[in-house]
Amino acid sequence: MSYSLPSFLIVSSLLFCLGMYTVLIRRNAIGILMGIELVLNAAGLNFVAFSRFLEPSLTQNLLSGQVFTLFVIAIAAAEVAVALAIVLSLYSRMKTIDVEDFKELRG
Amino acid sequence: MNALLNTQTVANSLWLIPCLPLVGAVINGLLGRRLPDRLIHFIGCCSVFIAFLVSVAGFVTLVRIEEPGNRLLIQSLYQWILTAWNQGSFSLEVAFRLDPLSAVLCLVVTGVGFLIHLYSVGYMAGDESQGRYFAYLNLFTFSMLLLVLADNLLLMFVGWEGVGLCSYLLIGFWFSDLEKARAGMKAFIVNRVGDFGFFVGLMLLFWTLFEGSGASMTGLGINQLREAIPLLSSATPILGVGVATWVALLFFVGATGKSAQIPLYIWLPDAMAGPTPVSAFIHAATMVTAGVYMIVRLNFLYVIAPAAMAVVAVVGAVTAFYAATIALTQNDIKRVLAYSTISQLGYMFLAVGVAAFSSGIFHLVTHAFFKALLFLGAGSVIHAVHSNDMQEMGGLKKYMPHTYLTFMIAYLAISGIPPFSGFMSKDEILWSTFNSHLPVPGLGKALWALGLLGAGLTAFYMTRLIALTFMGGFRGGSEKESHLHESPSVMTVPLMILALLSVVGGVIGLPAVSHLPNLLHDFLGPVLSTHGSSGHGAHAYALEVLLMLVSTGVAITGIYVGWLFYVKRPELPGRLAARFAGLYRLLVHKYYVDEIYQKLFLRPVLRLVTLSGRFDLNTIDGAVNLSSRVTAKFAFLIGWEDLKIVDGAVNGLADIFKRWGAWLRHLQTGRVQQYLYSVVLGIFCLCVFMLLF
Repeated sequence: MSYSLPSFLIVSSLLFCLGMYTVLIRRNAIGILMGIELVLNAAGLNFVAFSRFLEPSLTQNLLSGQVFTLFVIAIAAAEVAVALAIVLSLYSRMKTIDVEDFKELRG
Repeated sequence: MNALLNTQTVANSLWLIPCLPLVGAVINGLLGRRLPDRLIHFIGCCSVFIAFLVSVAGFVTLVRIEEPGNRLLIQSLYQWILTAWNQGSFSLEVAFRLDPLSAVLCLVVTGVGFLIHLYSVGYMAGDESQGRYFAYLNLFTFSMLLLVLADNLLLMFVGWEGVGLCSYLLIGFWFSDLEKARAGMKAFIVNRVGDFGFFVGLMLLFWTLFEGSGASMTGLGINQLREAIPLLSSATPILGVGVATWVALLFFVGATGKSAQIPLYIWLPDAMAGPTPVSAFIHAATMVTAGVYMIVRLNFLYVIAPAAMAVVAVVGAVTAFYAATIALTQNDIKRVLAYSTISQLGYMFLAVGVAAFSSGIFHLVTHAFFKALLFLGAGSVIHAVHSNDMQEMGGLKKYMPHTYLTFMIAYLAISGIPPFSGFMSKDEILWSTFNSHLPVPGLGKALWALGLLGAGLTAFYMTRLIALTFMGGFRGGSEKESHLHESPSVMTVPLMILALLSVVGGVIGLPAVSHLPNLLHDFLGPVLSTHGSSGHGAHAYALEVLLMLVSTGVAITGIYVGWLFYVKRPELPGRLAARFAGLYRLLVHKYYVDEIYQKLFLRPVLRLVTLSGRFDLNTIDGAVNLSSRVTAKFAFLIGWEDLKIVDGAVNGLADIFKRWGAWLRHLQTGRVQQYLYSVVLGIFCLCVFMLLF
């Protein structure tokens, strides 16, 4: 069977919605980070799908969309590392990772 | 030595004479607080001493000039005023003039002045502001030398005023004592009255000369004045009196102020408030001699105004007698001496009034010696007794032998006992007066009699002073008696030098009958317009000897009566005072002159002061206050506008932003998810926006 572009897009928008839902609903900071991962991956899937289906021909395909995805993954990893470090230090200070309890941090 | 006394060199260093004391005054005045006392003394005395040496050099140079008419050194320092007048121009220079007259005065001022400086070192020892004292004393010397050496009247006036200022500073030297500060002010103000006369005379003289001479008058040096003075006789009289007489009289008003003659003598007795050496300085070397000097300096003016001369002579003789009567009853040792100075100055004016100018200068010189000696001796006494009151003294002869001895010499000199210097000069004056040709017939004889009476009184009150101070027993209590002591040698040595001068000072003006030259008279000759009647010529020697005997007799009588009253029969004065109570009270209160002046001049002036004060307070201050009140009201309005409108706008703007800020800060809740909601909402809105448009 052959897969067409819309089916990829449907999957990726589902992924995005799930991720966004997670981000907005979860109180747990780790959970929010997971949601952000989902959103990023949805974007990455979109990049790859468009790169595969919308390039005129493979010979001229410069794979720029797919390379972009690699960057997104790498940066996401870095971002998670930083974010987890923040969460850890927050936890060690406040003994909780509930984002509702972090409102004292406002400027 | 010859090269040093080269005429040109000496003329070029004339400026040193007044300027050295000025330098001393500046150093001591500015740095006196920081310098040690010894250095202050050194600077103060040395500057005057070097000035004395330069004066001596000048004097010697003058004497060595063969032709007496050429005895004149002039040093012009710089052009002071240059102005155009009646198509011509005239210039006024700061120039010093050393001629026989100013040379004699310079020697007296610096010589006696130096001795007084030296004496002050001992007298002022322990005073905390010696720098100030010596600065003033030096400044005083400077002013007097400026007055003496000035080649034109305007420069002389500068010195004239400077002397008045310094007398004020020194009389009020201990200014924390209100009485003394007041005495200083009195001296200054009374002098101002005289100075005013001097200044008006000066202006009248200049004005008349320039009106009369047109362009030919090019300067105001003494020589030029002398040549121009005949113009005064041809000028239109003012109120029927010749201009020359007016000018001479106005100058004489100035002289009465400086030289303490009737009616402006009242400051001099109060001037005793200053330190005693200052009194000696004022009375002997500086200040009071200024008037006599000025008249002798302007003798060419006075000889063409015989009426003014007669006034001078009469005022002089009356003052000589009048001040002597006041001195009879005073108990303050310095006050007695002060009135005696007024009296002796009267003799000098009597001399210049009868055109015996050189006799006046002669008496000025001898008086400088013995009066400085008397004052310094009195200072020495006061130093020991710590009181001015003669009733608390007595018997000091055995405690202060040096002071006593020197004081006695001065006493004999002032009383007119031959051959002391005072006799020579006073007798020369009386002789000239007797022979004078005054406009009123017989006036000369009357003035002579008055002068003779004054001389007798002088001998009397000086005997009284000696008797009360040195004779008898000490009346100041045994506690004080134990502290009596002779003064240190820095004080007694000047006394001895002055005593020597008082004895031999007379040789510079030997009477004609001695057939020896009258040195001073011959020396001053070229400066003077007339050889007064004391000159040598066809003399009635017999008459002169007779007059000498008469005046000596009067002096001895005065001394005898004084001795009778105060040594032999001390109860006599009290009986006499009781007998003539009215007269006695009049004398003790100095003829109530201070009180009369108080009523006549001070009271109206004070009333005027109160009146103008009230006017000032009510009218002028009222206007000022009104304008200030209006301004304040106006300012209030402006202030309100500023506060409400300008500040209101600024504050309102700030308030708006503040409110916005307060409202907007609610957006930042610190809840991460709320932020995310708004991000999503924003994205949703953007999507909707893009879909719709």
